[in-house]
Amino acid sequence: MKTDRILMAHGSGGLMSQQLIDDVFKKAWHNPYLDPMMDGALLEFPPGKVVMSTDSFVITPLFFPGGDIGKLSVCGTVNDLLACGARPLYLSAAFIIEEGLPLDDLKKIVLSMADTAKHAGVQLVTGDTKVVEKGSADGVFINTTGVGILSCGIEYRPDRIISGSHIIVTGNMGDHGLSILAQREGLSFDTPAVSDCAALVKTGEALAKYGDKIKCMRDPTRGGLATVLNELAQQSGLGILVQEEKIPISPVVQGACDMLGLDPLYMANEGKMVIVVEADISSQVMNDLRLLDEARETAIIGEVVQEPAAMVLIKTRLGAKRILGMLEGEHVPRIC
Amino acid sequence: MNNNKAIVQDMIKEIQSDRQSISMMEVCGTHTMAIAKSGIKDLLPDNIKLISGPGCPVCVTAQGDIDAVIELVQQQDLILATFGDMMRVPGTRSSLQEARSQGADIRVVYSPMDAVEMARTNPSQEVVFLGIGFETTAPPVGASIEAARAMQVSNFSVLSLHKLVPPALEIIFSDPDIKVDALICPGHVSLVIGLDPYRELVNKYQKPCVITGFDDSDILQGILMILLQFRQQQYRAEIQYRRAVKEDGNPVAQSVLKRIFKEVDTRWRGIGLIPGSGLEIREEYIEFNARYKFNVPDIEDVPIKGCSCGEILTGKISPHDCPLFGSACNPLNPIGPCMVSHEGACAAYYRYTPLRGEIR
Repeated sequence: MKTDRILMAHGSGGLMSQQLIDDVFKKAWHNPYLDPMMDGALLEFPPGKVVMSTDSFVITPLFFPGGDIGKLSVCGTVNDLLACGARPLYLSAAFIIEEGLPLDDLKKIVLSMADTAKHAGVQLVTGDTKVVEKGSADGVFINTTGVGILSCGIEYRPDRIISGSHIIVTGNMGDHGLSILAQREGLSFDTPAVSDCAALVKTGEALAKYGDKIKCMRDPTRGGLATVLNELAQQSGLGILVQEEKIPISPVVQGACDMLGLDPLYMANEGKMVIVVEADISSQVMNDLRLLDEARETAIIGEVVQEPAAMVLIKTRLGAKRILGMLEGEHVPRIC
Repeated sequence: MNNNKAIVQDMIKEIQSDRQSISMMEVCGTHTMAIAKSGIKDLLPDNIKLISGPGCPVCVTAQGDIDAVIELVQQQDLILATFGDMMRVPGTRSSLQEARSQGADIRVVYSPMDAVEMARTNPSQEVVFLGIGFETTAPPVGASIEAARAMQVSNFSVLSLHKLVPPALEIIFSDPDIKVDALICPGHVSLVIGLDPYRELVNKYQKPCVITGFDDSDILQGILMILLQFRQQQYRAEIQYRRAVKEDGNPVAQSVLKRIFKEVDTRWRGIGLIPGSGLEIREEYIEFNARYKFNVPDIEDVPIKGCSCGEILTGKISPHDCPLFGSACNPLNPIGPCMVSHEGACAAYYRYTPLRGEIR
């Protein structure tokens, strides 16, 4: 049966399900782990601790400047693994598809996942599809689970943060959040707002040589930089002091946020890391990262302090200090 | 950029060296937020005080009016279109958010014209737009009424709770319990009303009024202009925000206001009845007035126990002085409107200065 949209029958487990898997998924993703089409994938691991992470993606719109839900679903989980200090190896992907989704959209999303996985050096080894009635989902929801290996043995954890450490961000804050908001609200700017969605494998590789001098890493997604800094302060029991004027923000994001009454420090990022490093290597790490396309605007934005404990302060442009709190409630809905 | 930074630091130094004891009120909620965010209060010497004023439209909407709106959506079969900020504001027993969860059809819109469009495409449904805001938001609401008449959209109406800023400022200056020596006047409202209303205030009360923009450097300059007036002992209405505000305001917006609305006495939350401070839809447009169309009741305000929003809105106390602040009342569980609104004084203080004094 020829159709250009997803039907309930595509999720029946019967012939149409098989056709969908063969034509769409297997074709795009094929690799030695997936190709046998077993109920699970048999994986090989180099020595070291295994790291596992999972994330679900429910973003609307499905396609946005700089990416799509497929690319996002690979980058998101890969970045979570990288943030633990792991080298990402394998991903699973589970789809919940709303009846009526154009088949071409699904193909685009699946191909985008294949491209992103290839770029990130990970394999999509197992998957699942379900179809739900129209109205029970919004286009498509994707869950990805990833595993990686802690090859150098250094665990990036907040309890390893020490007072005096420096805080690095690997580029402009708020690009993803603004891109989605602009797309959804039909806002247009002279310079288009493009999502930073990217798998930061090269960033992870560049940090490996610094060993245990890298203390902790987080990707500032939902809730943005401010929320991640607060998590790090609370989990380490130390204070964080950042300089407002050192935080990289593109003019389009700053301008739009001023106009809309939003704060870029709470806007989501999907291709940036916050890295806590020992002070003596921070300049060197910054210079190394600035050589990478994915981290050209890297900056040292502040430091870890003893007091006030478990709290984030920001030194404003005027030289005053104020609290940089957690995000309360909703800033922008469904951005990842 | 560096040049700019040097100018800003010079302004801070000049303000810090001033020895006059002066309390200034920033009238507008956007200013309250900008001041908290930039940390300006932390830089001021103890003799210069900034007090937050009544310029947050959500905060000053009377509790009884919110109760009346909730009664309206619960008893009549209609769609209520509103700006999102109103959803969480507590009335006496409930909020629009709760009314919606119980089945009322309440939809968030970004512009009153969205509500006209909603009425046009749902001809069998009555659509009521909840008109909230000052001189800034009232003109587009007036224009939407004119558009609805031109397009013959008869199932559209507006419940006008619009308010005017100058009559509230008159109350601030004339109340002996409120110690405000000068006003940092709202940039956006003044875009529409211009300088004249402030000239009248200055003539009557001999206190400086400076219309100020929203950047850090705007606010610092506005403060300096006020300090300078005190040094010279010559009090004027002035515009700092010259790049946006014209002396005569926006005549087009003013004429929309005159055509569609008339001034009436209205209640402000925490302040009470202020003569001539409300905007009601004129008789010529009565078919678009939801108050008449649906016989919206007039409900008295019942004060919320312990909530000090009224005193905070008039600058009598600071949010930190309210016994509920930060404990029983916080942004996730707001008790009073000043904590609900993004631009409310309590929300600004909670977000940016919860431990003032301990973070220097």
